Amino acid sequence: MIIADRKPFDEIKELTSKAKNILIAGCDGCVAVCLAGGEKEVALLASELRMQRKMDGLEGEVEEIVNVRQCENEYVDAMRDNVEKADLILSMACGVGVQTIAERFPEKLAYPALNTKFMGRPVEPGVWKENCEGCGNCILHLTGGICPVARCSKSMLNGPCGGSKGGKCEVDPEIDCAWQLIYDRLCKLGQNDMLAKLMEPKDWSTSWSGGPRRVIKESARE
Amino acid sequence: MNHIQDNFEPQIVALCCYYCAYAAADLAGTSRIQYPTNVKIVLFPCTGKVDEIYMLRTFEAGADGVYVAGCLEGNCHFLTGNLRAKKRVQYAKSLLDEIGIGGERLEMYNLSSAEGQRFAEIALEMTEKIRALGPSPLNQLKLKGGVTR
Repeated sequence: MIIADRKPFDEIKELTSKAKNILIAGCDGCVAVCLAGGEKEVALLASELRMQRKMDGLEGEVEEIVNVRQCENEYVDAMRDNVEKADLILSMACGVGVQTIAERFPEKLAYPALNTKFMGRPVEPGVWKENCEGCGNCILHLTGGICPVARCSKSMLNGPCGGSKGGKCEVDPEIDCAWQLIYDRLCKLGQNDMLAKLMEPKDWSTSWSGGPRRVIKESARE
Repeated sequence: MNHIQDNFEPQIVALCCYYCAYAAADLAGTSRIQYPTNVKIVLFPCTGKVDEIYMLRTFEAGADGVYVAGCLEGNCHFLTGNLRAKKRVQYAKSLLDEIGIGGERLEMYNLSSAEGQRFAEIALEMTEKIRALGPSPLNQLKLKGGVTR
């Protein structure tokens, strides 16, 4: 899922300082699961903003809304009545959600309350780690189900660099060396011969380096 | 401002666990132990039910101080509810700090149901602390606007 983190309150305060009526829009998808922009986080930010704005003598209302997914037109369109009353929509969804609101309500300001971080998963309660970079050409079947593109700091494709020490990465000792993990897993699976195969230089044109991407499924088109 | 401070009677809300603090408050009552009337009690089935939003909304509704009172650590009826509450209080304190109300207006206490005297001491301690801090910045605004309490 997409992992996000709330912006510092001072930044949110600055973003909202000129608005009168604010609608805080949460999303019940990924950001709710990573405890950044679900119903609870929306309620907390709304309460904080209401108190801060009252203390700063600012007029107006701070309303809350949470929809199923902020990245789909149908769910965002259903917010229209709430959106109409607001001057500013403060989205607590990922960057996709903010842009959906901006596109569906072109006359309204749509600002982000979160910083969208990466695609990942929770590894323990309260800790999320990056797993996928969306490079557009998956090689997990070759690497024991561990992605060297996203999880190796240098996205090395043929074994670790010289900075792998004790299973950790030289960039940050908190980061596991992806190639150590791949080696250990392939050995366990009895597939260590895979390590002898050389991977060709990767075609990065399927990644973001090839420009904004699109997926088309003809059978689903109208 | 000084005039306001002199007559200031803080509104304090105690979010109490049924199995300890609430029972301790009962004991304080039946034992005729005096504690400040500033403290208003809200009953919870466990402090594990006390979410951050309850703490913030209590301040939003006008409280000058809030405290969560749960069982002694290791003695929670639901095993870890009071430990969850401890973390949530810490988080809510940081939220109160960032908006300028001040995390020191929120506290967590642990006591057993047999500690009626301790309940009264906590109520007094919190009342004196908030009295010294003065009204919540949200209520100071209300007072400036001419509404007196």
